[in-house]
Amino acid sequence: MSSSEYTTKQIEKAATNIRKHILKIALDRGGCYLAQACSSAEILSSLYMGVLNLGPSLGSMDALPFPGVPGPDNMDYPKGSLYHGAPLPDKDRFFVSPAHYASVVYCALAECGRLSYDAIEKFNVDGWNLEMIGAEHSPGFECTAGSLGQTVSMACGTAHARKLKGDTGKVYILLSDGEVQEGQVWEAMQASYFYHLDNLVIYIDVNGQQVEGSTKEVMDMGALDERFRSFGSTVVNIDGHNVEQVIAASKLPHEGGPLVILCKTCGAHGIPLLERRLPYMHFVRIGADEVDAFREFYRTMGEQEDK
Amino acid sequence: MKIEVNTHSKNMIRFAKEHENAVVMSADLGTSCEVKEFHRLLPERYFSMGIAEQNMVSWAAGLAREGFLPYLHTFGVFLYRRVLDQLEMSVAYSNLPVTFVGFLPGIMTPGGVTHQAVDDIAAIRAVPNMTIFDVGDATDIESVLDLGYEVGGPVFIRMLRKEVPRLFPAEEKMVFNRARTLSEGSDIAILSSSICTEEAMRATAVLHEKGVSIQHLHVSTIKPFTDPTVTEALGKVKYGAVTIENHLVTGGLGTAVAEVIADNGLNTKLARVGINGYAHGASKMYLMKKYGLDAMSLIHAVESIMGTRFDIKEEDLAEVRFEDYSAV
Repeated sequence: MSSSEYTTKQIEKAATNIRKHILKIALDRGGCYLAQACSSAEILSSLYMGVLNLGPSLGSMDALPFPGVPGPDNMDYPKGSLYHGAPLPDKDRFFVSPAHYASVVYCALAECGRLSYDAIEKFNVDGWNLEMIGAEHSPGFECTAGSLGQTVSMACGTAHARKLKGDTGKVYILLSDGEVQEGQVWEAMQASYFYHLDNLVIYIDVNGQQVEGSTKEVMDMGALDERFRSFGSTVVNIDGHNVEQVIAASKLPHEGGPLVILCKTCGAHGIPLLERRLPYMHFVRIGADEVDAFREFYRTMGEQEDK
Repeated sequence: MKIEVNTHSKNMIRFAKEHENAVVMSADLGTSCEVKEFHRLLPERYFSMGIAEQNMVSWAAGLAREGFLPYLHTFGVFLYRRVLDQLEMSVAYSNLPVTFVGFLPGIMTPGGVTHQAVDDIAAIRAVPNMTIFDVGDATDIESVLDLGYEVGGPVFIRMLRKEVPRLFPAEEKMVFNRARTLSEGSDIAILSSSICTEEAMRATAVLHEKGVSIQHLHVSTIKPFTDPTVTEALGKVKYGAVTIENHLVTGGLGTAVAEVIADNGLNTKLARVGINGYAHGASKMYLMKKYGLDAMSLIHAVESIMGTRFDIKEEDLAEVRFEDYSAV
């Protein structure tokens, strides 16, 4: 199914399913990057099901044993980019920079039929390709992104290359807000305008949290929209949990430079039981005293939407 | 000896004309790294990235993923120290064909410690998938881009600029992972690289006169380091081996040679001549003498390995007339 064939309702439902599945992982395994799932579920489901122009997946529906690291003797291993279809000139590329969002990417791929939920049983299981923090062999990952700040430059280089080649497809990237504390992000932004990368669209999950707490407490970045605008980008602020807004924002004109979409989100969205943890929820471990409440919540999750 | 000028400049242009996907990137030092003429002739393939090396390295990875061959130009220090994470995670892990053309290797600059790449080999030799070349003359420079292209994957070049001697015949191109044998002998092996090979040739001329039988190898491929020529030389010499390099004695050519000796169970004594710590800024000849990268230091190392004194003085060296290979 191509992106445009999904209804808003289906994409919203997919976002709920993503949250629900990652809550299940957290319950089964004792923890997961659950807050990131809550903040980015609508962004990722909207991108895969309503924004990106991707060809049919060439990736395996099943989990695969870890195919080894790239090297002179191993360049034809099954790459994560296969899940985005053939890299044709008119198709989009999609980079995920916060690699610890891997579980959300895998579930989003499952929601649009590019990966099976059975495969996700192998999430973070030793020896398989669906690691907790992905690299370029992991489904949906076009590069190795775990060292923050580098993927935006790689996406810029890719967008630059595609302009030089005359490709009509665009380059999309998902960033997290804490990551823009890295100086390299701003090196990339200044160059993205210098090279007029009008084929680059940057979604940022502004969940206001990072490992040690709220971004305001750890390293306040002030007004992100003004900062990105001053580096030459077209900037828009949206509600990152509103599927229609996430999709509509991608269509905004952005002549002469990239489009930056600041998606205001909350790491407890959709799972109110998490609210008492805010903003300390980089990796959510569900304790013995709360597991029953979470299990009960999990059981009824999504029922409201089904009515 | 014939001195060649701006050899990389001409070679980069020639190479780019033969490979239409080759592009040059500069972190505001292209004019100091012999790509000024490239910029003038092929402006649409010259990308100015500003003083922002981290972004340049990861950006190059993006270009390489789409089929381009980026050649990054700045001083060598800024292509490994500042960007090691980008070099590893954006480029080397993915085995992308990005070439780091690092100028001013070792003490080749009066710019001082911030500009002197004295531990680049030590850092990059540990990086999987990387190939490292250390050029020593104009013929090496003329070969190195084609060689890196043939090898594929990420390449780091310790590049020399402006006036560079032609030590080896122009038609005898550099060979991948194969040292050049400059003299055959059985007493001692001398393995030299970069600017130290020219210096070693001054020393070996006098040592030969003193009756020392020398196996002299010029090493230009530093990684990989599995050259049978090297193992053979280390195995056959009577007294031992001396390495001399424009780099710290830790982690460079000398260390690589020590690994070969250990890995092959050779009973070869080794003396490593090189830099022993951070340096300061001054002229090349002053620094080579001060930090012991010169012919006299090499001679002293040979003496210590052989347990003898040759009573060679600076004046003896000065009298040595250098053979101009290119004139033969």
